[in-house]
Amino acid sequence: MNVVPADLNNVESIVNEIVTRHEGNKHELVAVLNDVQKTLGYLPESALIQVADGLDIPLSKVYGVATFYTLLSIKPMGKHVIRVCESAPCHLLGANSLIDVLRKELRISIGETTKCGTFTLEHTSCLGLCGVAPAIMIDDEVFGNLMPDDIPAILEKYK
Amino acid sequence: MQFYRSHVLICAGTPCILKGCGAVRDAFITELKNQGLEEEVRVVETGCLGPCDLGPVIVIYPEGTLYEKVKISDVPKIVDEHLLKGRIVRDLISEGSIPGIIPYKEPVYFGIQERIVLRNCGIIDPSSIEEYIARDGYQALAKCLTEMKPSEVIEIVKQSGLVGRGGAAFPTGLKWSFTANTKDDQKYMICNADEGEPGTFKDRLILEGDPHSIIEAMTIAGYAVGATRGFVYIRGEYGLSIDRINQGIQQAESMGLLGDNIFGSGFSFKLEVKKGAGAYVCGEETALIESMEGNRGEPRVKPPYPGTHGFLGKPTVVNNVETLANVPQIILNGADWYRGYGTPKCPGTKVFTMTGDINNKGLIEVPMGITLREIIYEIGGGIPEGREFKMAQTGGTSGGCLSGEMLDVPMDYFTLPEKGSALGSGALLIMDDSHCIVDIAESFMRFFVRESCGKCAPCRVGTVRLHEIVKKVACGDGTYEDLEILEDLGRTMRETSLCGLGQSAPVPIMTMLRYFKDEFMAHIEEKRCPSETCKL
Repeated sequence: MNVVPADLNNVESIVNEIVTRHEGNKHELVAVLNDVQKTLGYLPESALIQVADGLDIPLSKVYGVATFYTLLSIKPMGKHVIRVCESAPCHLLGANSLIDVLRKELRISIGETTKCGTFTLEHTSCLGLCGVAPAIMIDDEVFGNLMPDDIPAILEKYK
Repeated sequence: MQFYRSHVLICAGTPCILKGCGAVRDAFITELKNQGLEEEVRVVETGCLGPCDLGPVIVIYPEGTLYEKVKISDVPKIVDEHLLKGRIVRDLISEGSIPGIIPYKEPVYFGIQERIVLRNCGIIDPSSIEEYIARDGYQALAKCLTEMKPSEVIEIVKQSGLVGRGGAAFPTGLKWSFTANTKDDQKYMICNADEGEPGTFKDRLILEGDPHSIIEAMTIAGYAVGATRGFVYIRGEYGLSIDRINQGIQQAESMGLLGDNIFGSGFSFKLEVKKGAGAYVCGEETALIESMEGNRGEPRVKPPYPGTHGFLGKPTVVNNVETLANVPQIILNGADWYRGYGTPKCPGTKVFTMTGDINNKGLIEVPMGITLREIIYEIGGGIPEGREFKMAQTGGTSGGCLSGEMLDVPMDYFTLPEKGSALGSGALLIMDDSHCIVDIAESFMRFFVRESCGKCAPCRVGTVRLHEIVKKVACGDGTYEDLEILEDLGRTMRETSLCGLGQSAPVPIMTMLRYFKDEFMAHIEEKRCPSETCKL
């Protein structure tokens, strides 16, 4: 990974601030991890340790939760995360051909990050955009009614 | 308060946003200013109107004229002709599935729809609590808190026959009474907005289009069961829904409609949003509660049920978004009124989301008991390119598949299970004759392999095995024995899995085997894919 967010140098203070915001409540673990991921881009080991410490729960449990949910990642992610909906309604209307173009354009497979660290490509379960299938989501932005030809122009916006 | 002679309502549900309604809105604002009409005509962004395929959709009131697929270049003409000179721009109202003009109720798409849950979607500005109140909003809450005892509220909901719209169809009033009858000092009310069933987007568009109806309904439910705290658990992918509910909570609190001592009644209710982190299984209510408690979203062994042992071990009601959206209208209009819709056994309406090979994809609300044929051919405008209907999957990926001979079966929570399918969340995936059943089955099973939480063996192992076997058949390596194993394994999973995910994962395959066995056989015996989708 070439791109290292500057924030990775002060994981401790960032995590502590988030834990404090959630009043050290261990029931808030999912919310805490959501916030840490949002700030750091992913959940590095040092952050998991800090969360376990701050909420006073075993590291194994924090790891278990961090690896359960698809929006959380313990691997470094690209600057932009592309999530391709591959549920039945999108599958029916050509999600596979979108994936083919994305793989060709980015030269990575599902679950991988580009060498330059700009994009991570992932599957996602249904995005609830079936009315405009096939759909993808890049970071917080959604795109629908896609044709394979639309992909290069969309990627260009994020480069 | 300023009065306007005309309103331009622009559908700004997520599907229309993706079709560029934002630019159309800006064009209207600019053009109205150019014509000096900004004091006379107001532009409003609303929630979803339903016909997602026709977006961007706008409606001009008071006439109720509906323009579809509006382009930026159309805007000057609409402003000049319609809003300035009062002449409807006929050539911009397409002759398609929403024929012609006005009035709002006439066009085919809306003709046989009945809007209770969606009554405000596409009509009001969802970011304005005043507009919700102007449509009788918070009146039901006022009625409950000032005129009714909690037991009376539960009784009306029981009488109405409302059942859970998330898919399980459990009677809502009965669910409330379990929690109401407990004596705990702390109880909780949860709205399940972790909508993840593939093909379903109704909850997203209800939350985006009419957030206050959910806030009001949750407060009513809280009063009925004695809960003072509520949570809306929304999946992390639904950004706009989360924003709208958070904004709605703030507005309601600032008006004293939420928080301490509501309407001076002594009843207090605090509401907050919990954001999911991406897990289909969290739509199961005990998995959702686990997630809220900071755990992996793995379902609990039941009983005990959340009604008595839920969030933090306290009595908890969990209701789906659509279920709740019915509640204020039932309180205001009474149980008999509600029973006037739908069938005697299954009253009310159902919101369906139409996807796949259908001309008008989108969101509709129809009386329970409507047939698939009416939905597909009257509201949905039929199958594109004149192709033949092959199969419909009802209830999302965990629902069953119906073949052409079932087009006239009434769609409700009691009739479909008799046919091996389920109404479920209201997802309707329509497929034409160009698709291969085995390929679709493979896609369904891949989904369940990914989404199984892994807690119980029948589901963790069973989903993987089902997928392997279907894939083998799709590759032309299947045997007749494989089909027998599929049936056997499916039955085992149905009977032994811990939660609904594992119990329903084999349903699509089992119904496909019932109605389309010949296609599986063609892959096995002739090594041939009848629709030439599979690479054999």
